Amino acid sequence: MATHSATHDDHDHKPQGFLDRWLFTTNHKDIGTLYLVWSLIMFLVGGAMAMVIRAELFQPGLQLVHPEFFNQMTTMHALVMIFGAVMPAFVGLANWMIPLQIGAPDMALPRMNNWSFWLLPFAFFLLLVTLVLPGGAPQAGWTLYPPLSLQGGYSIAFTIFAIHLMGISSIMGAINIIATILNMRAPGMDLLKMPLFTWTWLITAFLLIAVMPVLAGAVTMLLTDKFFGTSFFNAAGGGDPVLFQHVFWFFGHPEVYIMILPAFGIISEIIPTFSRKPLFGYQAMVYATASIAFLSFIVWAHHMFTVGMPVGAQLYFMYATMLIAVPTGVKVFNWVATMWRGSLTFETPMLFALGFVIMFTIGGFSGLMLAIVPADYQYHDTYFVVAHFHYVLVTGAIFGIMAGVYYWLPKWTGFMYDEKLGKIHFWWSTISVNVLFFPQHFLGLAGMPRRIPDYNVAFAEFNMISSIGGFAFGLAQVFFVYVLWKASRAGVKATDQVWEGAKGLEWTVPSPAPHHTFQRPPVIDDSKLAHGDVTH
Amino acid sequence: MHPTRIRSRLAAAIAALASPVALANPERWQLNLSPGVTASSQAAYEMHMIMLWICVAIGVVVFGAMTYAMIRFRKSKGAVPDTSFTHSTRIEVIWTTIPVLILVAMAWPATTRLLALADTRDYEMTVKITGYQWRWRYEIVDYRGQAQDINFVSSLDLDSNRTRMLGSGLDPRAVQRDGVNTYLLDVDRPLVLPTDTKVRFLITANDVIHAWWVPALGWKQDAIPGFINTAWTDIRKPGIYRGQCAELCGKDHGFMPIVVRAVPRAEFEQWLADNGGTLPPGDLLATTADGPAAASAGSL
Ligand SMILES: [Cu+2]
Ligand SMILES: [Cu+2]
Repeated sequence: MATHSATHDDHDHKPQGFLDRWLFTTNHKDIGTLYLVWSLIMFLVGGAMAMVIRAELFQPGLQLVHPEFFNQMTTMHALVMIFGAVMPAFVGLANWMIPLQIGAPDMALPRMNNWSFWLLPFAFFLLLVTLVLPGGAPQAGWTLYPPLSLQGGYSIAFTIFAIHLMGISSIMGAINIIATILNMRAPGMDLLKMPLFTWTWLITAFLLIAVMPVLAGAVTMLLTDKFFGTSFFNAAGGGDPVLFQHVFWFFGHPEVYIMILPAFGIISEIIPTFSRKPLFGYQAMVYATASIAFLSFIVWAHHMFTVGMPVGAQLYFMYATMLIAVPTGVKVFNWVATMWRGSLTFETPMLFALGFVIMFTIGGFSGLMLAIVPADYQYHDTYFVVAHFHYVLVTGAIFGIMAGVYYWLPKWTGFMYDEKLGKIHFWWSTISVNVLFFPQHFLGLAGMPRRIPDYNVAFAEFNMISSIGGFAFGLAQVFFVYVLWKASRAGVKATDQVWEGAKGLEWTVPSPAPHHTFQRPPVIDDSKLAHGDVTH
Repeated sequence: MHPTRIRSRLAAAIAALASPVALANPERWQLNLSPGVTASSQAAYEMHMIMLWICVAIGVVVFGAMTYAMIRFRKSKGAVPDTSFTHSTRIEVIWTTIPVLILVAMAWPATTRLLALADTRDYEMTVKITGYQWRWRYEIVDYRGQAQDINFVSSLDLDSNRTRMLGSGLDPRAVQRDGVNTYLLDVDRPLVLPTDTKVRFLITANDVIHAWWVPALGWKQDAIPGFINTAWTDIRKPGIYRGQCAELCGKDHGFMPIVVRAVPRAEFEQWLADNGGTLPPGDLLATTADGPAAASAGSL
């Protein structure tokens, strides 16, 4: 028997047929790849919608689309990017890397893993097919506020069932991640020796389990209001339209952290590697992540300062929101301190990580400004908010994902990507994304509301600049696809360690990582771990 | 672009950033919030500037340290990692405590201003605002203790409305009033308010959620069906102040502007005595529910 399993290891033991390999797969690496490819496709679909938006906003007057279609684009762009691109990308990275980081042979629940991925194509079929249904896709914004969201046709039902499927998928993914991390760590891989990416995902998974059912409940109430005569949100029937907003944002704010905490983890892996120095304040990073996650549950109504809350509630939500700046600040300071007295090199993952730290912090600043109620009375629902959350989500979450992809790509493909092309992609993206989103701060402050298809001539200049940045950023991502395609086929052979300063179990397996890894638990050598020293 | 034009635009941009002149309406190349014409807008502006400068200061420190590290600790310059520098309780306590103190320094002025904004007592006039898809109804309920019955609907002006149609071929730049571009920021019938008077608003909606926002007044307030929200203003300076609906309310969300014409009290009282000037008889909303175009046409 022993020889038998040894030969299996040698032969990599991949299923041969295409369907066997991908449709019926239970392998964490293949499912990770599926998630990542899926997320890339959705990123391009959502990006194409953003291009429609920026093209219509290129100059005042309506040139290309009707306002109805414009509203469909803003709604679908958000849903596709959040649920189709960002979240699956993080789940894909988790699938690939968490078992490798903790020395596990696979995810704890491999069949469920398969199912949670394969729900997504059905979910997005339901969502995207609304574009061609009579009446078109939902137009009420991704927040789906009633009564507006209940005015359209059947598309809301499709959207709600799509959200249910995505929710089931996310919850199963989260259960799997928690089960894997808590049960499948190699002996000696104590919780406080785990890499930060694994840690942030553990915390994120708890957030997902806590809030996805809340979203499911909120949209189910929408469904029964629309089709079964209930009045949860209908004031004329004794309901409360603001209740929806409370429930939605009780999901929505933790959702923001679901999309950023794993990025924090990725950045906390990359900066030490390219600084050739352990992460500064490892335990503080873990506790900061946990406190951000806790705070994320008690700040939801900062999205609703203009709904007419009692002033006491406004003060509470303002103070609680401001508090998030403390653990977030700790993280940023720790990253800078990690670089301090390091030995820095600037390969593409590091460039994206540094871009992340700077631009995410800019998004954090505007977030802090938005927490201040008297000022938020002006900022709320303007382009200032649009600028804020795109700094957090594009130069935050998506730059974090791209940093992670460049960082781990050689481990996946066995080839080094083309460093020159990677750097071009970074600089092209960074310059264009700032041309795209920075002027939107000015537009918001000057008084331009969000979600409008047309605007006064006073807003023309910055909108045109923003659109030009948008087109350039969009093109940069097509270039990204080329860089990835090239790196997946050929290149300089990657070593096992890949990066000179890289530490941790994932760098002890061959590149590309064989189909099965750690079928016998590795022997943990604390000095070879990124965080083997548990005294701090 | 012609160099003098660039220079004049640059000058305009710098002026917009530097001078706290009371910009009442959006300006080309405007970079910053306007201090507006009320105590509320002043409060919002002050909090905005306090926050902005604190964030700039923190940014200078953090990004400065990062930049220093990126220059000073490069491997290519022979930097050797100090792998023992991974933890310092003292530093960590400091950079947890200082942000807390900064937050308290922010929260204090924000709280005092918010409490002032929330005080709707001692008003002299009440206006009820109702949001509809896609126009606003204004009812002057009372003025200085006297009940009033002025009630009218305010919709996008015809000129903007014609121009904004998809493929209209009309130039938004040509929609002007008194040399100011009013494209999508003009209405057939503005809300007339007296200056130096505390006006209380009762804000609600009839169909979906809207939000009533005039930046120069300093706040926005959601208009929610089934709820009545209160807000107030006290305009210091006569003028025409333009705003827009700020909550997505359907296809014409971008086309339901708000115009407030603030006039001295005497003039306002004259307007009241004239029963709102040229208000048409009857209820526009009763005759049509077909959008601003029809409503505007009906009012002619
Ligand atoms: Cu939030
Ligand atoms: Cu609206």
